[in-house]
Amino acid sequence: MGKIIQKDRLNEVIYSMWIEAPQIAQSVQPGQFIILMIKEKGERIPLTVADFARKKGLIRIVFQIVGKTTEELSTLKEGDRLYSFIGPLGKKTEINNYGTVVTIGGGTGIACIHPIARELKVAGNRVISIIGARTKDLIIMEEELKKASTELIITTDDGSYGRKGLVTEILRELLEKDNSIKKIWAIGPAIMMKVTSETTRDYPIETIVSLNSIMVDGTGMCGSCRVTVGGKTKFVCTDGPEFDGQLVDWEEFMNRLVRYKSQEQKSWEVYRENNPDFNCKRRID
Amino acid sequence: MAEMIPLKERMKREQVAMPEQVPRERIHNFQEVPLGYSPEQAIYEAQRCLQCKNPSCMKGCPAEINIPQFIQKIVEENFAEAYFCILKTDNLPAITGRVCPQEEQCQKYCILEKYKKPIAIGRLERFVADWARENQVHGKYPGHIRKEEKIAIVGSGPAGLTCAADLAKLGYQVTIFEALHKPGGVLVYGIPEFRLPKSIVEYEVKEIENLGVKIITDFVVGATISVDRLTEEYDALFLANGAGAPRFMNIPGENLNDVYSANEFLTRSNLMKAFAFPDYDTPIKVGKRAAIIGAGNVAMDSARTALRLGAEKSYIVYRRSRKEVPAREEEVIHAEEEGVIFHYLTLPIKILGDKQGNVRGMECLKMELGEPDDSGRRKPIPVAGSNFIIEVDMVIDAIGTLANPLVSRSATGVEINQWGYFIIDDQTKMTTREGIFAGGDIVRGSATVISAVGDAKVAARSIDKFLSSGRSLRKNKK
Repeated sequence: MGKIIQKDRLNEVIYSMWIEAPQIAQSVQPGQFIILMIKEKGERIPLTVADFARKKGLIRIVFQIVGKTTEELSTLKEGDRLYSFIGPLGKKTEINNYGTVVTIGGGTGIACIHPIARELKVAGNRVISIIGARTKDLIIMEEELKKASTELIITTDDGSYGRKGLVTEILRELLEKDNSIKKIWAIGPAIMMKVTSETTRDYPIETIVSLNSIMVDGTGMCGSCRVTVGGKTKFVCTDGPEFDGQLVDWEEFMNRLVRYKSQEQKSWEVYRENNPDFNCKRRID
Repeated sequence: MAEMIPLKERMKREQVAMPEQVPRERIHNFQEVPLGYSPEQAIYEAQRCLQCKNPSCMKGCPAEINIPQFIQKIVEENFAEAYFCILKTDNLPAITGRVCPQEEQCQKYCILEKYKKPIAIGRLERFVADWARENQVHGKYPGHIRKEEKIAIVGSGPAGLTCAADLAKLGYQVTIFEALHKPGGVLVYGIPEFRLPKSIVEYEVKEIENLGVKIITDFVVGATISVDRLTEEYDALFLANGAGAPRFMNIPGENLNDVYSANEFLTRSNLMKAFAFPDYDTPIKVGKRAAIIGAGNVAMDSARTALRLGAEKSYIVYRRSRKEVPAREEEVIHAEEEGVIFHYLTLPIKILGDKQGNVRGMECLKMELGEPDDSGRRKPIPVAGSNFIIEVDMVIDAIGTLANPLVSRSATGVEINQWGYFIIDDQTKMTTREGIFAGGDIVRGSATVISAVGDAKVAARSIDKFLSSGRSLRKNKK
């Protein structure tokens, strides 16, 4: 349990790992997440499952270095064992044959959207995927998404790859010309999910987002992840992580996402001071 | 051996006070507040015991400890025998010796309670358990026949651990599934270090593992595997997953950044050791002025933890009066000594914040007490127009817990009541599904460690009876 079987660096800041977790691989469904700890003194961080191999008993996680824990995670090697790896947590994506659906992934959200798109396609949907990032190097899992979707559109903010522009701009174009779209999934940075939900409000098409709240236990015990959806307090860990994006109180959600910002920065600084050769090590592997 | 002193002499003696860290020092550390009796103090206190012919103290002990007997062993200075005596029925003596509300349990029934100086049974129990641990004295169990039957227990809190130990002593093969990365449940995530050092929990858990109990951590029953699946592999089940969901006030502003549930606040500090941040990675935020809503033990723990984490002011905000406070008297006194400020007859109605989500204050109403309500306590009634604002920059909700549905919704045929707690037969602790038993907070709601221990002991006996009669959850059991 928790052994890193395969590690790949997808670009400068994003890594992929296949983790040995046979029990979780047995029961996991698209849309669910896991919580991991690197070591006993570590924090518990949730990551949406990017892929799974039931027979091999493996779970794939994809993460971007955004702070101390993800940076330290990126230094682990194949064969290393995580201190804790639990799941599958949260509710699974509601997969039905809706007809035409759009799945949108931004940044590491591309990895999260992957099993959802795949399962939607298997269920008979025409799946249009839009994946986007700031620049070409940050586009990940292109091949996987191509396979998982009926149609794949790639965008970059700077136009270095695919279409130039934001995923929401492409989405608006699609919505203008194709009125058969029945449901939309958008996973990525909070601001991208917020803008997507605002974009689709005019059409009205149900837009599902997957929230990446700060959690501790991840099983409904602490309430750290609570968010207001449709005027009611919900727990992302047990009621989500997927919610109707048009009903999410985005201001509250985004405030709560950064409530440990200064501590997180301090933690990262201390780590870097103690590991000055980190960048060299990273270049080597 | 210390001498048996004459009855008259025993009656004259006063209860030996518990040595404690002084308040002005202890609010700057997480070390235990009560320091424990010395052997001399323990003997002196034990000598007070009247050794009643028909002792009534024991009827107040859900852990079924033979109280007069272990106390007599202390008088005889045979601390090892005293330990074995306790260990016969209580598998967590250093824990129950610390966190039991003895004044509501054994000590309430002590004959000397009449004179307001009951034997300090809890302190003596703690002394014995600590002595055994420090002197490497372990429980002795005769090598017994291993039984074939397998029992799964969900949750490694006080109920799960007790049931597991009792069943292991009977020779059963017991596996505990724990969702978190450390065993102990509320003993590790809920109760602070200064009341229950985690090294002690670790030690007593290890002792239970040494009985042959297997504990699997990081395993979320209801997520990793369903209860239904467990019934295919185990002969009987004991569900002891705890209440485990925080209750909120449902007032405006409760989702502001610096509003915590007590569960979250205490879990960050106790289980994740956020008090040692950044050596430990989990952060915690503590304001200058913290308001804790509620006045139970968890509220006291939160208020005292906030002080230790650097809050300048820590307020308990409670809608009733001092008389109705549900926390143990000892906890309230400790909190008062440490400078926690109590706002009685005060009801929060709104938490005020700024655009960034920071807490700026809490609007409250003054209350007055009316006629007794269903609980027998006088009902607090808001005083119209009495609104006022307490200036705080963090709020902790410590108003109890709700049932977490994670386990119950994966258990077919195991019925729950309207609040989500398991419905059980009081005598046997069996749920509505034969072979599945339940106890502790997931049956009672927020209760005490000792009531969970009591439930677990009854359940263990029922499970033994169930299995001994040849029944099993497994359909195709060989």
